Amino acid sequence: MKNINNIFKKEFKSYFFTPIAYIVISIFLLIVGWLFFSTFFLNRQANLSRFFSILPVTLAFIIPAVTMRLFSEEINIGSYEILLTMPVTFRDIIVGKFLAALAFVGVMLAPTVIYAVTVSFMGKLDWGPVIGGYIETLLLGASYCAIGILASSMTRNQVIAFITAMSICVFFTLLIDFLIFFLPNAFVGFFQYMSASFHFQNIAKGVVDSRDILYFLSVSFISLYGTNLIMQEKK
Amino acid sequence: MIKVENLTKYYGDLCALDNINFEVKKGEILGLLGPNGAGKTTTYRILTGYLNPTSGNIQVKDYNIYENQIEIKRLIGYLPESAPIYHDMLVFDYLNYVADIKHVEKKKKISHIQELAELCSLNEVMHMTIAELSKGYRQRVGIAHALMGDPEILIFDEPTSGLDPNQIAETREIIKRIGKKKTIVFSTHILSEAEATCDRMIILNEGKIVADNRLEDLRESLNIESFEDIFRKITKGNCK
Repeated sequence: MKNINNIFKKEFKSYFFTPIAYIVISIFLLIVGWLFFSTFFLNRQANLSRFFSILPVTLAFIIPAVTMRLFSEEINIGSYEILLTMPVTFRDIIVGKFLAALAFVGVMLAPTVIYAVTVSFMGKLDWGPVIGGYIETLLLGASYCAIGILASSMTRNQVIAFITAMSICVFFTLLIDFLIFFLPNAFVGFFQYMSASFHFQNIAKGVVDSRDILYFLSVSFISLYGTNLIMQEKK
Repeated sequence: MIKVENLTKYYGDLCALDNINFEVKKGEILGLLGPNGAGKTTTYRILTGYLNPTSGNIQVKDYNIYENQIEIKRLIGYLPESAPIYHDMLVFDYLNYVADIKHVEKKKKISHIQELAELCSLNEVMHMTIAELSKGYRQRVGIAHALMGDPEILIFDEPTSGLDPNQIAETREIIKRIGKKKTIVFSTHILSEAEATCDRMIILNEGKIVADNRLEDLRESLNIESFEDIFRKITKGNCK
Protein backbone atom coordinates (compact mmCIF):
# COMPACT_ATOMS: atom_id res chain seq x y z
CA MET A 1 0.00 0.00 0.00
CA LYS A 2 2.76 2.38 0.98
CA ASN A 3 4.58 1.65 -2.25
CA ILE A 4 1.53 2.41 -4.37
CA ASN A 5 1.72 5.88 -2.87
CA ASN A 6 5.49 6.15 -3.50
CA ILE A 7 5.14 5.17 -7.14
CA PHE A 8 2.12 7.41 -7.55
CA LYS A 9 4.03 10.42 -6.19
CA LYS A 10 7.05 9.78 -8.37
CA GLU A 11 5.04 9.30 -11.57
CA PHE A 12 2.76 12.23 -10.91
CA LYS A 13 5.66 14.58 -10.23
CA SER A 14 7.59 13.40 -13.24
CA TYR A 15 4.76 14.52 -15.53
CA PHE A 16 5.59 18.06 -14.53
CA PHE A 17 9.39 17.69 -14.86
CA THR A 18 9.03 17.53 -18.61
CA PRO A 19 7.20 19.91 -20.93
CA ILE A 20 4.79 17.14 -21.97
CA ALA A 21 2.32 17.93 -19.17
CA TYR A 22 2.03 21.59 -20.10
CA ILE A 23 1.75 20.85 -23.81
CA VAL A 24 -0.96 18.24 -23.32
CA ILE A 25 -2.97 20.43 -20.94
CA SER A 26 -2.75 23.45 -23.25
CA ILE A 27 -3.81 21.49 -26.30
CA PHE A 28 -6.68 19.90 -24.41
CA LEU A 29 -7.99 23.23 -23.11
CA LEU A 30 -7.61 24.89 -26.50
CA ILE A 31 -9.51 22.20 -28.37
CA VAL A 32 -12.26 21.78 -25.82
CA GLY A 33 -12.67 25.52 -25.20
CA TRP A 34 -12.90 26.28 -28.89
CA LEU A 35 -15.29 23.43 -29.71
CA PHE A 36 -17.54 24.33 -26.80
CA PHE A 37 -17.71 28.11 -26.99
CA SER A 38 -17.77 28.41 -30.78
CA THR A 39 -21.37 27.16 -30.80
CA PHE A 40 -22.35 27.92 -27.23
CA PHE A 41 -24.02 31.26 -27.90
CA LEU A 42 -26.01 29.94 -30.86
CA ASN A 43 -27.81 27.49 -28.58
CA ARG A 44 -28.98 30.15 -26.16
CA GLN A 45 -29.02 27.57 -23.37
CA ALA A 46 -27.15 27.81 -20.09
CA ASN A 47 -25.95 24.22 -19.79
CA LEU A 48 -22.79 22.23 -20.30
CA SER A 49 -24.22 19.21 -22.08
CA ARG A 50 -22.38 20.08 -25.30
CA PHE A 51 -19.17 20.45 -23.39
CA PHE A 52 -19.49 16.95 -21.95
CA SER A 53 -20.53 15.49 -25.29
CA ILE A 54 -17.24 16.49 -26.93
CA LEU A 55 -15.12 15.03 -24.12
CA PRO A 56 -15.19 11.32 -25.08
CA VAL A 57 -13.63 11.91 -28.51
CA THR A 58 -11.15 14.52 -27.27
CA LEU A 59 -10.01 12.38 -24.37
CA ALA A 60 -9.67 9.37 -26.67
CA PHE A 61 -6.88 11.31 -28.38
CA ILE A 62 -5.39 13.11 -25.38
CA ILE A 63 -5.23 10.38 -22.72
CA PRO A 64 -3.10 7.97 -24.79
CA ALA A 65 -0.53 10.78 -24.97
CA VAL A 66 -0.59 10.97 -21.18
CA THR A 67 -0.18 7.24 -20.62
CA MET A 68 2.10 6.26 -23.48
CA ARG A 69 5.35 6.78 -21.58
CA LEU A 70 4.37 5.01 -18.37
CA PHE A 71 5.78 1.60 -19.29
CA SER A 72 7.28 2.07 -22.77
CA GLU A 73 9.84 4.59 -21.59
CA GLU A 74 10.92 2.41 -18.69
CA ILE A 75 11.29 -0.63 -20.91
CA ASN A 76 13.17 1.42 -23.49
CA ILE A 77 15.74 3.12 -21.24
CA GLY A 78 16.11 0.02 -19.06
CA SER A 79 14.87 1.48 -15.79
CA TYR A 80 12.21 -1.24 -15.95
CA GLU A 81 14.85 -3.64 -14.63
CA ILE A 82 15.59 -1.34 -11.69
CA LEU A 83 11.91 -0.89 -10.97
CA LEU A 84 11.22 -4.61 -10.94
CA THR A 85 14.21 -5.47 -8.77
CA MET A 86 13.14 -3.07 -6.04
CA PRO A 87 10.88 -4.48 -3.32
CA VAL A 88 7.59 -3.64 -5.04
CA THR A 89 4.87 -5.89 -6.40
CA PHE A 90 3.34 -5.69 -9.86
CA ARG A 91 0.17 -4.43 -8.23
CA ASP A 92 2.02 -1.52 -6.61
CA ILE A 93 3.54 -0.54 -9.94
CA ILE A 94 0.38 -0.81 -12.03
CA VAL A 95 -1.98 0.84 -9.55
CA GLY A 96 0.56 3.58 -8.75
CA LYS A 97 1.03 4.46 -12.39
CA PHE A 98 -2.70 4.23 -13.09
CA LEU A 99 -3.59 6.61 -10.26
CA ALA A 100 -0.87 9.04 -11.38
CA ALA A 101 -2.32 9.15 -14.89
CA LEU A 102 -5.84 9.56 -13.52
CA ALA A 103 -4.74 12.37 -11.20
CA PHE A 104 -3.13 14.05 -14.17
CA VAL A 105 -6.43 13.85 -16.05
CA GLY A 106 -8.07 15.44 -13.01
CA VAL A 107 -5.57 18.30 -13.10
CA MET A 108 -6.22 18.71 -16.80
CA LEU A 109 -9.98 18.90 -16.27
CA ALA A 110 -9.83 21.24 -13.28
CA PRO A 111 -9.56 24.51 -15.25
CA THR A 112 -12.77 23.66 -17.14
CA VAL A 113 -14.75 24.27 -13.95
CA ILE A 114 -14.36 27.91 -14.97
CA TYR A 115 -16.65 27.16 -17.94
CA ALA A 116 -19.38 26.04 -15.56
CA VAL A 117 -18.92 29.14 -13.41
CA THR A 118 -18.99 31.40 -16.48
CA VAL A 119 -22.13 29.73 -17.76
CA SER A 120 -23.84 30.04 -14.38
CA PHE A 121 -23.53 33.83 -14.67
CA MET A 122 -25.31 33.79 -18.02
CA GLY A 123 -28.40 31.87 -16.99
CA LYS A 124 -29.78 29.47 -14.47
CA LEU A 125 -27.32 26.54 -14.53
CA ASP A 126 -28.51 23.20 -13.20
CA TRP A 127 -25.53 21.91 -11.24
CA GLY A 128 -26.74 18.29 -11.01
CA PRO A 129 -25.82 17.27 -14.56
CA VAL A 130 -22.55 19.23 -14.24
CA ILE A 131 -21.43 17.29 -11.18
CA GLY A 132 -22.67 14.05 -12.75
CA GLY A 133 -20.76 14.97 -15.89
CA TYR A 134 -17.50 15.42 -14.05
CA ILE A 135 -17.90 12.14 -12.17
CA GLU A 136 -18.63 10.44 -15.46
CA THR A 137 -15.67 12.08 -17.15
CA LEU A 138 -13.34 10.82 -14.44
CA LEU A 139 -14.76 7.30 -14.82
CA LEU A 140 -14.34 7.51 -18.58
CA GLY A 141 -10.82 8.89 -18.03
CA ALA A 142 -10.05 5.96 -15.73
CA SER A 143 -11.01 3.45 -18.44
CA TYR A 144 -8.95 5.29 -21.06
CA CYS A 145 -5.96 5.51 -18.70
CA ALA A 146 -6.17 1.78 -18.03
CA ILE A 147 -6.35 1.06 -21.76
CA GLY A 148 -3.38 3.38 -22.33
CA ILE A 149 -1.35 1.61 -19.65
CA LEU A 150 -2.14 -1.76 -21.20
CA ALA A 151 -0.94 -0.50 -24.60
CA SER A 152 2.16 1.02 -23.03
CA SER A 153 3.12 -2.23 -21.31
CA MET A 154 3.08 -4.06 -24.62
CA THR A 155 5.83 -2.14 -26.40
CA ARG A 156 9.05 -0.24 -25.85
CA ASN A 157 8.05 2.27 -28.52
CA GLN A 158 5.99 5.20 -27.26
CA VAL A 159 4.57 6.02 -30.68
CA ILE A 160 3.21 2.51 -31.06
CA ALA A 161 1.81 2.67 -27.52
CA PHE A 162 0.09 5.96 -28.36
CA ILE A 163 -1.44 4.76 -31.61
CA THR A 164 -2.59 1.43 -30.17
CA ALA A 165 -4.24 3.08 -27.16
CA MET A 166 -5.80 5.79 -29.31
CA SER A 167 -7.26 3.24 -31.72
CA ILE A 168 -8.83 1.23 -28.90
CA CYS A 169 -10.21 4.35 -27.19
CA VAL A 170 -11.61 5.77 -30.43
CA PHE A 171 -13.14 2.40 -31.23
CA PHE A 172 -14.94 2.30 -27.89
CA THR A 173 -16.05 5.89 -28.28
CA LEU A 174 -17.35 5.79 -31.82
CA LEU A 175 -18.67 2.24 -31.77
CA ILE A 176 -22.19 3.43 -31.21
CA ASP A 177 -22.11 6.17 -33.83
CA PHE A 178 -20.75 4.21 -36.75
CA LEU A 179 -20.98 0.49 -36.38
CA ILE A 180 -24.60 0.35 -35.42
CA PHE A 181 -25.80 1.24 -38.92
CA PHE A 182 -24.06 -1.80 -40.34
CA LEU A 183 -25.10 -4.33 -37.76
CA PRO A 184 -28.13 -6.62 -37.68
CA ASN A 185 -30.62 -5.65 -35.00
CA ALA A 186 -29.78 -8.61 -32.80
CA PHE A 187 -26.27 -7.29 -32.12
CA VAL A 188 -27.18 -3.66 -31.60
CA GLY A 189 -27.97 -4.02 -27.91
CA PHE A 190 -24.72 -5.82 -27.24
CA PHE A 191 -22.51 -3.34 -29.07
CA GLN A 192 -24.37 -0.45 -27.61
CA TYR A 193 -23.57 -1.81 -24.19
CA MET A 194 -19.90 -2.18 -25.16
CA SER A 195 -19.67 1.42 -26.31
CA ALA A 196 -18.16 3.96 -23.93
CA SER A 197 -20.08 6.94 -25.26
CA PHE A 198 -23.42 5.18 -24.72
CA HIS A 199 -22.70 4.92 -21.00
CA PHE A 200 -21.23 8.36 -20.95
CA GLN A 201 -24.38 10.01 -22.28
CA ASN A 202 -26.49 8.61 -19.44
CA ILE A 203 -24.66 10.21 -16.59
CA ALA A 204 -24.06 13.42 -18.51
CA LYS A 205 -27.84 13.73 -18.65
CA GLY A 206 -27.83 13.63 -14.86
CA VAL A 207 -28.84 9.98 -14.56
CA VAL A 208 -26.41 8.07 -12.36
CA ASP A 209 -26.99 4.42 -13.17
CA SER A 210 -24.98 1.67 -11.48
CA ARG A 211 -24.71 -0.18 -14.81
CA ASP A 212 -22.74 2.70 -16.33
CA ILE A 213 -20.43 2.94 -13.35
CA LEU A 214 -19.96 -0.82 -13.43
CA TYR A 215 -19.12 -0.64 -17.14
CA PHE A 216 -16.30 1.87 -16.68
CA LEU A 217 -14.94 0.10 -13.64
CA SER A 218 -14.88 -3.23 -15.45
CA VAL A 219 -13.10 -1.78 -18.51
CA SER A 220 -10.47 -0.32 -16.17
CA PHE A 221 -10.10 -3.50 -14.18
CA ILE A 222 -9.83 -5.77 -17.22
CA SER A 223 -7.19 -3.52 -18.81
CA LEU A 224 -5.11 -3.30 -15.65
CA TYR A 225 -5.39 -7.03 -15.14
CA GLY A 226 -4.22 -7.50 -18.73
CA THR A 227 -1.22 -5.30 -17.93
CA ASN A 228 -0.45 -7.56 -15.00
CA LEU A 229 -0.57 -10.62 -17.27
CA ILE A 230 1.76 -8.95 -19.78
CA MET A 231 4.24 -8.13 -17.02
CA GLN A 232 4.13 -11.76 -15.82
CA GLU A 233 4.69 -12.92 -19.38
CA LYS A 234 7.80 -10.74 -19.78
CA LYS A 235 9.61 -12.48 -16.93
CA MET B 1 23.45 -17.05 2.46
CA ILE B 2 22.64 -17.66 -1.20
CA LYS B 3 22.13 -21.16 -2.54
CA VAL B 4 21.61 -21.71 -6.26
CA GLU B 5 20.23 -25.14 -7.11
CA ASN B 6 20.00 -26.68 -10.59
CA LEU B 7 19.25 -23.31 -12.13
CA THR B 8 18.31 -23.46 -15.80
CA LYS B 9 17.08 -20.68 -18.04
CA TYR B 10 16.03 -20.87 -21.67
CA TYR B 11 15.28 -17.83 -23.86
CA GLY B 12 13.17 -19.59 -26.45
CA ASP B 13 15.52 -22.28 -27.74
CA LEU B 14 18.65 -20.58 -26.50
CA CYS B 15 20.05 -22.08 -23.34
CA ALA B 16 21.40 -19.22 -21.22
CA LEU B 17 21.98 -21.18 -18.01
CA ASP B 18 22.45 -24.91 -17.94
CA ASN B 19 21.82 -26.52 -14.58
CA ILE B 20 24.16 -24.44 -12.44
CA ASN B 21 24.76 -24.91 -8.72
CA PHE B 22 26.71 -22.76 -6.31
CA GLU B 23 26.63 -21.25 -2.87
CA VAL B 24 27.68 -17.89 -1.48
CA LYS B 25 28.59 -17.68 2.18
CA LYS B 26 27.87 -14.77 4.46
CA GLY B 27 30.50 -12.02 4.24
CA GLU B 28 32.09 -13.44 1.14
CA ILE B 29 33.08 -11.41 -1.93
CA LEU B 30 32.34 -13.61 -4.90
CA GLY B 31 33.47 -12.79 -8.43
CA LEU B 32 31.23 -14.13 -11.17
CA LEU B 33 33.38 -14.09 -14.27
CA GLY B 34 33.08 -15.26 -17.83
CA PRO B 35 32.96 -14.06 -21.42
CA ASN B 36 30.00 -12.03 -22.69
CA GLY B 37 26.90 -14.16 -23.05
CA ALA B 38 28.07 -16.67 -20.46
CA GLY B 39 24.97 -16.14 -18.30
CA LYS B 40 26.20 -13.79 -15.58
CA THR B 41 23.53 -11.15 -16.06
CA THR B 42 20.84 -13.83 -16.43
CA THR B 43 21.89 -15.29 -13.07
CA TYR B 44 21.63 -11.85 -11.46
CA ARG B 45 18.28 -11.17 -13.04
CA ILE B 46 16.83 -14.39 -11.70
CA LEU B 47 18.32 -13.76 -8.29
CA THR B 48 16.83 -10.26 -8.12
CA GLY B 49 13.39 -11.37 -9.28
CA TYR B 50 13.47 -9.69 -12.69
CA LEU B 51 13.27 -13.00 -14.55
CA ASN B 52 11.81 -16.38 -13.66
CA PRO B 53 14.03 -19.42 -14.16
CA THR B 54 12.90 -22.19 -16.51
CA SER B 55 13.66 -24.63 -13.72
CA GLY B 56 15.69 -24.81 -10.54
CA ASN B 57 15.61 -22.75 -7.41
CA ILE B 58 17.50 -20.07 -5.51
CA GLN B 59 17.40 -19.86 -1.73
CA VAL B 60 18.39 -16.62 -0.04
CA LYS B 61 18.58 -17.21 3.71
CA ASP B 62 15.33 -19.10 4.34
CA TYR B 63 13.48 -17.56 1.44
CA ASN B 64 13.06 -18.98 -2.02
CA ILE B 65 12.46 -17.05 -5.22
CA TYR B 66 9.06 -18.58 -5.92
CA GLU B 67 7.34 -17.74 -2.68
CA ASN B 68 9.21 -14.87 -1.04
CA GLN B 69 10.25 -12.63 -3.89
CA ILE B 70 9.57 -9.38 -2.05
CA GLU B 71 11.54 -10.48 1.03
CA ILE B 72 14.48 -11.44 -1.16
CA LYS B 73 14.33 -8.12 -2.99
CA ARG B 74 14.53 -6.37 0.38
CA LEU B 75 17.72 -8.28 1.22
CA ILE B 76 19.45 -7.46 -2.05
CA GLY B 77 20.87 -4.22 -3.38
CA TYR B 78 21.34 -4.49 -7.13
CA LEU B 79 23.35 -2.41 -9.57
CA PRO B 80 22.43 -3.48 -13.10
CA GLU B 81 24.95 -3.19 -15.88
CA SER B 82 25.29 0.41 -17.12
CA ALA B 83 23.01 1.59 -14.29
CA PRO B 84 20.13 2.93 -16.35
CA ILE B 85 18.09 5.40 -14.33
CA TYR B 86 15.41 8.03 -14.74
CA HIS B 87 16.98 10.82 -16.76
CA ASP B 88 14.71 13.66 -15.82
CA MET B 89 14.96 13.26 -12.03
CA LEU B 90 17.31 15.13 -9.74
CA VAL B 91 19.87 12.94 -8.01
CA PHE B 92 18.47 13.85 -4.60
CA ASP B 93 14.88 13.21 -5.69
CA TYR B 94 15.89 9.86 -7.09
CA LEU B 95 17.68 8.74 -3.92
CA ASN B 96 14.76 10.01 -1.88
CA TYR B 97 12.35 7.97 -4.00
CA VAL B 98 14.47 4.83 -3.65
CA ALA B 99 14.64 5.37 0.12
CA ASP B 100 10.83 5.55 0.25
CA ILE B 101 10.39 2.42 -1.84
CA LYS B 102 12.84 0.52 0.33
CA HIS B 103 11.01 1.72 3.46
CA VAL B 104 13.91 3.60 5.02
CA GLU B 105 12.57 5.13 8.24
CA LYS B 106 11.47 8.74 7.92
CA LYS B 107 13.69 9.94 10.77
CA LYS B 108 16.82 8.31 9.42
CA LYS B 109 16.13 8.99 5.76
CA ILE B 110 17.96 12.27 5.27
CA SER B 111 21.00 11.21 7.28
CA HIS B 112 21.12 7.91 5.38
CA ILE B 113 21.03 9.71 2.03
CA GLN B 114 23.77 12.07 3.21
CA GLU B 115 25.87 9.16 4.36
CA LEU B 116 25.57 7.43 0.99
CA ALA B 117 26.24 10.66 -0.89
CA GLU B 118 29.38 11.01 1.17
CA LEU B 119 30.46 7.40 0.56
CA CYS B 120 29.88 7.61 -3.19
CA SER B 121 31.15 11.23 -3.48
CA LEU B 122 27.86 12.52 -4.85
CA ASN B 123 27.63 15.69 -2.79
CA GLU B 124 28.40 18.14 -5.58
CA VAL B 125 25.83 16.64 -8.00
CA MET B 126 22.83 16.16 -5.72
CA HIS B 127 20.94 19.05 -7.35
CA MET B 128 21.63 18.01 -10.95
CA THR B 129 19.37 15.88 -13.14
CA ILE B 130 20.65 12.41 -13.88
CA ALA B 131 20.74 13.19 -17.62
CA GLU B 132 23.44 15.81 -16.96
CA LEU B 133 25.78 13.43 -15.17
CA SER B 134 28.86 11.80 -16.64
CA LYS B 135 28.97 8.04 -16.84
CA GLY B 136 31.11 7.77 -13.72
CA TYR B 137 28.67 9.78 -11.65
CA ARG B 138 25.71 7.81 -12.96
CA GLN B 139 27.45 4.64 -11.92
CA ARG B 140 27.92 6.07 -8.44
CA VAL B 141 24.25 7.00 -8.25
CA GLY B 142 23.58 3.37 -9.16
CA ILE B 143 25.85 2.22 -6.35
CA ALA B 144 24.11 4.55 -3.89
CA HIS B 145 20.80 3.10 -5.12
CA ALA B 146 22.05 -0.42 -4.41
CA LEU B 147 23.31 0.51 -0.94
CA MET B 148 20.10 2.29 0.05
CA GLY B 149 18.40 0.74 3.05
CA ASP B 150 21.53 -1.14 4.05
CA PRO B 151 20.80 -4.50 2.35
CA GLU B 152 22.77 -7.55 3.48
CA ILE B 153 23.62 -8.72 -0.02
CA LEU B 154 24.97 -6.59 -2.85
CA ILE B 155 25.03 -7.56 -6.48
CA PHE B 156 27.07 -5.46 -8.89
CA ASP B 157 26.92 -6.25 -12.59
CA GLU B 158 30.14 -4.91 -14.14
CA PRO B 159 30.36 -1.91 -11.84
CA THR B 160 33.55 -0.62 -13.44
CA SER B 161 32.78 -1.06 -17.14
CA GLY B 162 33.19 2.10 -19.19
CA LEU B 163 34.81 4.08 -16.38
CA ASP B 164 38.17 5.82 -16.55
CA PRO B 165 41.11 4.49 -14.50
CA ASN B 166 40.53 6.97 -11.66
CA GLN B 167 36.88 6.10 -11.40
CA ILE B 168 37.68 2.39 -11.55
CA ALA B 169 40.03 2.81 -8.61
CA GLU B 170 37.38 4.77 -6.67
CA THR B 171 34.64 2.24 -7.39
CA ARG B 172 36.91 -0.60 -6.36
CA GLU B 173 37.70 1.31 -3.16
CA ILE B 174 33.97 1.63 -2.41
CA ILE B 175 33.41 -2.09 -2.98
CA LYS B 176 36.29 -3.00 -0.72
CA ARG B 177 35.11 -0.65 1.99
CA ILE B 178 31.55 -1.96 2.07
CA GLY B 179 32.68 -5.55 1.46
CA LYS B 180 33.94 -5.82 5.02
CA LYS B 181 30.40 -6.01 6.34
CA LYS B 182 28.37 -7.43 3.48
CA THR B 183 28.01 -10.32 1.12
CA ILE B 184 28.92 -9.22 -2.39
CA VAL B 185 28.54 -10.88 -5.76
CA PHE B 186 30.01 -8.97 -8.66
CA SER B 187 31.22 -9.45 -12.19
CA THR B 188 33.92 -7.76 -14.19
CA HIS B 189 35.98 -8.21 -17.32
CA ILE B 190 39.07 -6.80 -15.67
CA LEU B 191 40.74 -9.87 -14.29
CA SER B 192 43.25 -8.04 -12.13
CA GLU B 193 40.29 -6.38 -10.43
CA ALA B 194 38.71 -9.73 -9.63
CA GLU B 195 42.06 -10.96 -8.42
CA ALA B 196 42.46 -7.98 -6.11
CA THR B 197 38.95 -7.96 -4.58
CA CYS B 198 37.42 -11.44 -4.65
CA ASP B 199 37.65 -14.12 -1.99
CA ARG B 200 36.48 -16.73 -4.45
CA MET B 201 35.53 -16.82 -8.09
CA ILE B 202 33.15 -18.69 -10.28
CA ILE B 203 33.84 -18.77 -13.99
CA LEU B 204 30.86 -19.29 -16.25
CA ASN B 205 31.03 -20.24 -19.90
CA GLU B 206 28.04 -20.83 -22.18
CA GLY B 207 25.71 -21.20 -19.25
CA LYS B 208 27.82 -23.72 -17.35
CA ILE B 209 30.11 -23.34 -14.38
CA VAL B 210 33.61 -24.22 -15.53
CA ALA B 211 35.48 -23.24 -12.39
CA ASP B 212 34.48 -22.55 -8.80
CA ASN B 213 37.48 -22.03 -6.62
CA ARG B 214 39.91 -19.70 -4.97
CA LEU B 215 42.46 -18.32 -7.41
CA GLU B 216 45.44 -19.96 -5.71
CA ASP B 217 43.80 -23.36 -6.02
CA LEU B 218 43.10 -22.75 -9.69
CA ARG B 219 46.70 -21.79 -10.24
CA GLU B 220 47.88 -24.92 -8.51
CA SER B 221 45.57 -27.32 -10.27
CA LEU B 222 46.24 -25.99 -13.76
CA ASN B 223 49.86 -25.11 -13.09
CA ILE B 224 49.53 -21.76 -14.88
CA GLU B 225 50.70 -18.57 -13.21
CA SER B 226 48.89 -15.77 -15.06
CA PHE B 227 45.20 -15.42 -14.31
CA GLU B 228 44.53 -14.25 -17.84
CA ASP B 229 45.92 -17.46 -19.26
CA ILE B 230 43.90 -19.50 -16.81
CA PHE B 231 40.73 -17.65 -17.82
CA ARG B 232 41.38 -18.16 -21.52
CA LYS B 233 42.27 -21.78 -21.15
CA ILE B 234 39.13 -22.53 -19.18
CA THR B 235 36.66 -20.58 -21.31
CA LYS B 236 38.12 -21.21 -24.75
CA GLY B 237 38.92 -24.88 -24.22
CA ASN B 238 35.27 -25.49 -23.53
CA CYS B 239 33.65 -23.70 -26.39
CA LYS B 240 35.40 -25.47 -29.27
